[in-house]
Amino acid sequence: MALLEVKNLTKAFGGLKAVNNVTFSVEKGEILGLIGPNGSGKTTTFNCINQFYSITSGDILFKGSSIKNLKTHQICQRGIGRTFQVVKPLARMTVLENVTASSFCRVNTIKEAQKEAIRILEFCNLTKEKDKLAKSLPIGGRKRLEIARALATKPELILLDETAAGLNPSELDEAIELIKKIQNSGITILIVEHIMKVIMSISDRIHAINFGQTIAEGTPQEVANNPAVIEAYLGEEYAQD
Amino acid sequence: MKKNNLTLIILGIILLIFPLVIRSDYYQHLIIIAFMWVVIGSSWNLLAGYTGQVSFGHAMFFGVGAYTAGILFTKLGISPWWGMMFGGIASMMIGLFVGWVCFRLRGPYFALATLAGGEIFRLIATNWESLTDGMVGILIMQTFRSKIPYYYVALALAAVCVYSIHIVMQSKWGYYFVSIREDQDAAESLGINTTLYKNISLLISSFFTGMAGAFYMNYMAFIDPQVVFSLHYISIMAILVGIVGGVATIMGPAVGAFVMVGVQETFRSAFFGLAPKWISESHALVFGLLVIFVIMFLANGIVGDWSKIKRNVFKIKAPG
Repeated sequence: MALLEVKNLTKAFGGLKAVNNVTFSVEKGEILGLIGPNGSGKTTTFNCINQFYSITSGDILFKGSSIKNLKTHQICQRGIGRTFQVVKPLARMTVLENVTASSFCRVNTIKEAQKEAIRILEFCNLTKEKDKLAKSLPIGGRKRLEIARALATKPELILLDETAAGLNPSELDEAIELIKKIQNSGITILIVEHIMKVIMSISDRIHAINFGQTIAEGTPQEVANNPAVIEAYLGEEYAQD
Repeated sequence: MKKNNLTLIILGIILLIFPLVIRSDYYQHLIIIAFMWVVIGSSWNLLAGYTGQVSFGHAMFFGVGAYTAGILFTKLGISPWWGMMFGGIASMMIGLFVGWVCFRLRGPYFALATLAGGEIFRLIATNWESLTDGMVGILIMQTFRSKIPYYYVALALAAVCVYSIHIVMQSKWGYYFVSIREDQDAAESLGINTTLYKNISLLISSFFTGMAGAFYMNYMAFIDPQVVFSLHYISIMAILVGIVGGVATIMGPAVGAFVMVGVQETFRSAFFGLAPKWISESHALVFGLLVIFVIMFLANGIVGDWSKIKRNVFKIKAPG
């Protein structure tokens, strides 16, 4: 049984089907990359999985049971963490307070929450910034803070939404290293990413969508050579070569 | 930390012996009213300052608390001191209803609903004469002739309120409240039931405000709808106390309460009788100017910007 199964997921905004009949599943322990050109419905898929949007039709199963009628916070409590593409730091709290607030998802006392938060900050290489206000962090730090906060809720599955966008090359390497570290700690990852260097090097499998519909699925190599994917990214002429 | 504790202990001792040293009823009265405002301001601050849900209608909770104590006494003969507890609980019930309706929505709905709520309750209290005696108001016998017992009750209520909020803000609830203020979407995604925690914040806030209202009933021994459900004297004053003292600081509303009661009284009494009478008419104008000043120069309030005040007014350099 897959950890997460997305079945015939459709999300319509009025007449526009942003996600149309998409089906995929994420196996325990793997990294599944979700790719597609701008506006293809990647983030909408994420927003449907954690019920940020209510879904129009289809179903989402987590560990075998449907989660489509749960609230966003209940989904987090079930064990799905997420980050936001447009980062949402709790600006006027320190980095440590940000992560501590998330740790309270699993523990009840401030002592335990802080201990957990400090462990997560160490893991995400944010220990040096722990007393800074979240709003004072540069974009690289904010992206890592997003991940740290999601990790602090002790998820089994983590949804990473463009955590590498806007990073410089050295930060990119750090980000890749961090994502691999998360996988090694036993957390399953579903990742949306534009930067091919990142997605190709870390994904076990890739699921490509365009205009809200699946166009390819397979190993990074298979997907990269798939004509439909090349067409979606580079245009028709390149696909015919 | 040690220095802060020492300051608090000294402040506590001063407040404890104040009424034994200063025998004037007038000054004791001012401090009692200031304590009451510490409670209302701190309650407002928990909800608006920490949780980000701005209330324009704390008079609703204050008035319901006061009327609960008053009505329980006149209709059922229950001591208005018991009314302090029941007043708090009654306000919580109102808070529960308002929160249940408004907190599913985001944006300005809660602020608008509280603004309307205060006025609705004022009209109910005015027109439901069989229960509230309408504009005649409720008059009870004061329990004590001296102000000193009231002074200590008010001090205890203020201390318990401020300390409770301090404890709450150190806990899981406190972290959740601030997370909700900073970003509701992020908070939801971190497993925080934002609707539930906004309601918890509102319940604590309305409980203490209701107790303050019931205390007012006990102390003033007279209430009418125009006073206890007043938009101007209660709801707006609660906001001013919070803003002037410092939003989202523990001691801010406490400082704000003393400042605002001081300013209000100075103008009401026309600078203690030294200035011409017409000055007392202008206190609303002065409140407005004060708010403009605070927002322009001390956006975080007196407590929030204390280091800035020290630097610019007292010319003290920050250590290091």
